[in-house]
Amino acid sequence: MELLFAAPALPLDEAGKYVAGAYVVFVVLLIVYLAIMAAKVQRIERELREVAALAEERKAEKREEVSA
Amino acid sequence: MYGKGLRPLSIATVAMLALSLSLVFFYAPLDADQGFVQKIFYLHVPLAIVALVGFVIGGVFAIAHLRSNNRKWDAYSYVAIHISVIFGVAVLITGAIWAKASWGHWWVWDEPTLVSFLIVFLMYATYYPFRYAIEDPERQARYASVFAITAGAFVPLNFMAVRMAESLVHPRTFATANGGLPGEMMLVFLCSLAAFALLWTTLVKFELTAKSASGQVKRLRRALDAPVSGGSSRIAPEVS
Repeated sequence: MELLFAAPALPLDEAGKYVAGAYVVFVVLLIVYLAIMAAKVQRIERELREVAALAEERKAEKREEVSA
Repeated sequence: MYGKGLRPLSIATVAMLALSLSLVFFYAPLDADQGFVQKIFYLHVPLAIVALVGFVIGGVFAIAHLRSNNRKWDAYSYVAIHISVIFGVAVLITGAIWAKASWGHWWVWDEPTLVSFLIVFLMYATYYPFRYAIEDPERQARYASVFAITAGAFVPLNFMAVRMAESLVHPRTFATANGGLPGEMMLVFLCSLAAFALLWTTLVKFELTAKSASGQVKRLRRALDAPVSGGSSRIAPEVS
């Protein structure tokens, strides 16, 4: 374990890869989550359009019944 | 209702994340021991703190659910835990990258801080199959709340136990005995912590808004006597 303590600081060109890797992992995770949520929101939007069309259909049916 | 204030919150989150990233790379001084690799600290530690606090908040929402029997609090608890688990994945991966860069190993099994976080994460990973195993929504919400409270209480206990342990490798962020963080680093760290706390809040609000919209569409369908397409989720609670 003392060997771990003795590990020297990495040079900038090597350390940069690790730092970039850590931040990229976080950004990728965030993007994946947001993409999944965007797909869910799109599905809700589609369902809402279907419900709105159904409501319009029902309204038209009622109007026809009244006029008949 | 859940979407109220989501836009200004999102803008504040993006601005705060941009500010904290700028401070991390252009203002925070290089660490004398670790050099540039220490920049991972401003990502890894705030994520870990926010994830652990999020688990506790999930437990607090679960208490509110059991006290009021209002399903809204179960949804809050579920979403808080969900976002914290995602943050937990980021903590484990960024921690492994930092460990490889500074210690030469992806994982150190005899380090209490690492192993205790992994235990907490795995415990919360069982939350989903636990919910999924119960069909009845009422029982599912009640049992999930009991789980969230028990696990939420375990988080600070676990944290204190690890703080009391003699750690060999993992540093302490707020250690006072060995000097702690210098002023500039502390400022950048606090900015990062605020940014990730805002991000957690925004994501929780975003997911609750989506769940609320989905629940209301399903209620509309039922009111119109139309079949509910896709069916309701057995795991995720719905909010109205």
